[in-house]
Amino acid sequence: MVAETKPEAGRPARIRRRTGSNAMSVFAKQGILIAFALFIVGFAIFSDRFLSAENLMTVIRQSAIIGVMAIGVTVVVIGGNLDLSVGSMLSFSTVLVVDLHDQMGPGLAILVMLAATLCLGAVNGLLVGYARLNSLIVTLGMLSAIQGLVLIYSGGQNVDIVNQESTWFAIFGRGYVFGIATPIVIFLVFALLVHVLMSSTAFGRRVYAVGGNPTAAVFSGIRRSRVVFTTYLISAFATGCAAVILGSRVMGSQNNVGQGYELLVLAGVILGGTSLLGGSGNVLKTVVGVLILGFIQNGLLLMGFAYYVQWLVTWIVIILAVWLDVAAKRGRLFSPIA
Amino acid sequence: MNNALTWLLRNPIWGFVLLIFVFFSVSNEFFFDPQNFKNILVQTSTIGLIALGMTLVMINGNIDLSVGATLALAASLAIDIQGWEVFASWGSWAILPGVLAGLLSGVLLGALNGFIVWKTGVDAFIVTLGAMLGVRGLVFIYTQEQSFFAMNFAYSDFGASSVGPLPTLAVLFLLFALITHLLLSRTVHGRNTYAVGGNREAAVNAGIRVGPHMLINFVIVGFFAALAGITLSTQMGASTPNLGREYELWTITAVVLGGTKLSGGSGTIIGTLGGVLAIGILRNGMNLMQVPAFYVLVILGTILIAVLFLDKQLTRRGKGELRT
Repeated sequence: MVAETKPEAGRPARIRRRTGSNAMSVFAKQGILIAFALFIVGFAIFSDRFLSAENLMTVIRQSAIIGVMAIGVTVVVIGGNLDLSVGSMLSFSTVLVVDLHDQMGPGLAILVMLAATLCLGAVNGLLVGYARLNSLIVTLGMLSAIQGLVLIYSGGQNVDIVNQESTWFAIFGRGYVFGIATPIVIFLVFALLVHVLMSSTAFGRRVYAVGGNPTAAVFSGIRRSRVVFTTYLISAFATGCAAVILGSRVMGSQNNVGQGYELLVLAGVILGGTSLLGGSGNVLKTVVGVLILGFIQNGLLLMGFAYYVQWLVTWIVIILAVWLDVAAKRGRLFSPIA
Repeated sequence: MNNALTWLLRNPIWGFVLLIFVFFSVSNEFFFDPQNFKNILVQTSTIGLIALGMTLVMINGNIDLSVGATLALAASLAIDIQGWEVFASWGSWAILPGVLAGLLSGVLLGALNGFIVWKTGVDAFIVTLGAMLGVRGLVFIYTQEQSFFAMNFAYSDFGASSVGPLPTLAVLFLLFALITHLLLSRTVHGRNTYAVGGNREAAVNAGIRVGPHMLINFVIVGFFAALAGITLSTQMGASTPNLGREYELWTITAVVLGGTKLSGGSGTIIGTLGGVLAIGILRNGMNLMQVPAFYVLVILGTILIAVLFLDKQLTRRGKGELRT
């Protein structure tokens, strides 16, 4: 695991944490929510359109694709691994579902696509879970391999749906459920389901246990390989859901549509306070992390900045957020390493 | 003979390089040709230069995901600045401030990454993931989404020039590989780089200052990324704001193929050289055999995982790992 921060020498972390001030620990736990509130207030002051219900809905709808993927990746990261293959996997699933749509109809296309995506997730899971290979490199290799598969499948062509008006496939990306855009509904329902899975079931506890201390988990009778395998299936399923939203929204797909998504997704997960070391994290906070990314993008655009300024701001926000988190946990601002 | 065999066992990637070299030589009439070898060297020099720096950073137990963006920034700076009005009367010397500014940007960004990793204690993966986005933002802000073209042909002539029988860019790459190899194997900094990556706590207890060594290695990878940006832009005579996207992934692939461990503490420049050449020969050879570029992606991904798997099988022996 790449994120293995070596323990800082000579500093008993646990004692430090206990003696840390109360304000610090509150900030450490709820820092991301405070930052979220600050951003919303800030943007609301600088742009009168920002706080309109319509705009808020737009932001959440735009964040839904990255959000759904980030929820899946959060589960993998809590289990102590990384998944960099989700970007290529999104390209794969979107191209597949759009291409199959015209051949076998929407329902079957979605089922076949989900099955294929789960197979890719299973490959990840077998290699990381059962073969115990480093997850960063495995999913990096899969990123490359899946991108190649997409190009081979599509022959380098982009795909699209011919009769865009006459298919119920449109409901996932363009439709509304009780007046709320479907992507938002899928995003929030999925987040809630996975949150319940992670916080209230035995499986969820096992994932935290495996991510926190694999050896202890094994000695407690947890089948580590199977748990890790399942987290990759969840991540792949989430990517499949995101692909349905994306394909339905665009009614077509470029064959590299998901390129670079893996790192945006990871940025959302990290902003949500999930530690790359594994064993801690919260699905709902990932939702907040992804929404912060969305609001930064939207707010800066409304304030008249070019779209690429958001990347610069995201850089600063990510480092500040994680720094404060780390600092609050160790009870001092700067790292004690010489 | 026995010596050669043990060496090959320690650097299995060179066995693989030898294998695909023979394979392509036999199966393709255009492959075994000095001109093609020069091509391979030039093609690999870009990823290769970055991989040299990345090897240091990874031996140190860190990682740098921002190299692709740094490469684009250096290339854009180098080409834009040499065209400034101020330097109009300098003739071909106008290239110099451009190149220097490009290299300086790489060094500064590397120093910034290293400093943040050192002082905040945030994991390098996160720090450089942020930088990868942010520096790309800087590139777009600086270039206003424009591509730049080098008006002075001396610049692109450099990319096509030769030193004796070898292309200049290949010589540059091999020279820096040698320097980095010596730095890693013959200097105190090199030894401490291994020590910090291998066991940070022990390194601290041995009185090694961990932070400065990490900082220096980030500066080195920043420098190499900037240099790669400049050599790449001399090949094209131009720079685009999207230059170098996903180069971080290719570079890490090359370094890992070369046997450097992600957890730090082990790895060599010779191995990295093998990793870079493996990717270069594979791409070139399959290109000559008219295999679509798509398949190269699949094959490279598979090889990466296969190498990892084999490595795991070889090192697991005797360790009695907990099987569950």
